[in-house]
Amino acid sequence: MTMDYLVIIVSAIFINNIVLAKFLGICPFLGVSKNTSTALGMGAAVIFVMTIATIITYLVQHYLLVPFHIGYMQTITYILVIAFLVQVVEIIMKKVSPDLYQALGVYLPLITTNCAILGVAILVVQQDLNLIKSVVFAIANALGFTLAIILFSSLREQLDGADLPEYMKGVPAALITASILSMAFMGFAGLV
Amino acid sequence: MMSNTSHKENFIKGLVKENPVFVLLLGLCPTLGVTSSAFNGLGMGVATVFVLVMSNLVVSLIKNFIPDKVRIPAFIVIIASFVTMVQLLMEAYTPALHEQLGLFIPLIVVNCIVLGRAEAFASRNTVVSSLVDGLGMGVGFTLALTLLGAIRELLGSLSIFGFRLMEGDGMLVFILAPGAFISLGFLIALMNWLKDRSAGIKR
Repeated sequence: MTMDYLVIIVSAIFINNIVLAKFLGICPFLGVSKNTSTALGMGAAVIFVMTIATIITYLVQHYLLVPFHIGYMQTITYILVIAFLVQVVEIIMKKVSPDLYQALGVYLPLITTNCAILGVAILVVQQDLNLIKSVVFAIANALGFTLAIILFSSLREQLDGADLPEYMKGVPAALITASILSMAFMGFAGLV
Repeated sequence: MMSNTSHKENFIKGLVKENPVFVLLLGLCPTLGVTSSAFNGLGMGVATVFVLVMSNLVVSLIKNFIPDKVRIPAFIVIIASFVTMVQLLMEAYTPALHEQLGLFIPLIVVNCIVLGRAEAFASRNTVVSSLVDGLGMGVGFTLALTLLGAIRELLGSLSIFGFRLMEGDGMLVFILAPGAFISLGFLIALMNWLKDRSAGIKR
């Protein structure tokens, strides 16, 4: 039983890393990784929203879509639930914990279009996980995202000082760095 | 109203000058995720063209009836409806491709290109020019995906669109995740280099 959870966690963080192996959430991965502190903020916001979004979409799926046989409405309901949720989280956070809002506020609107959130919500249904395993899966994937974006941002901080040709600067250099990071993560394959 | 020549320019800008992948850097998740072969890239491109053209059409038709404050949720519902249509159509008629693209079909709904064009173009232009814009951007996206898919397939398994060109084994890494990042990185660098060079010649 404990082994099951361990396999889910290790596999989601290292082996099938959501960014470096499944290509979800590339936009924030490239967009907000220019320095480590913003990367950390984005990672924290993703952990927060991904966990709540997965719980709510899980409940929507099993208590609304399945009983009423409207599984084909999945994409529409999920994206609306996520967009709505991000708004609600923003409003509640502003009221309850202004400090946390200060730290994460700017990253929250960006999360609606982060395909990692919708992707994990759908993956949970496809893999037929129960509620507890879904939550573990979501947290592990969010941690994997955070790990990847923090590693990547510290590499990019080093790249700033590198003497590159003009046409390689910025995104091309970042993508090639991501490729090498992704290769490093391939070394974890076979761990489980 | 726009004349024919400006429609042509409107269409062509999506192909090269404002190519969504190589220049605007939008929609990179499907770009990296589905391009392990040229055919997958093409299939994803065609699905996105459908969603992009239809959502641009509907958004430009009803732009005057949507209150400004709820326009983004309204756009998302319109886009999600067309994505669901594509999903059901592909499941019925091209089950093999549906299996290959998997998760990335429902994820067209969060593809920044689609929402971006609805917000930036279709919500403030006429029906015809929105259609042309959607088609141009979509074809540009499809070209980029097919090109990247072809390069990865060629290097990774020595074939294009499933036809084997040479005997022997390719470099497997290009089919796997790192190959996606590195191929796209070098392609964007190449585009930048060509752009700098043509700017240099004009000067």
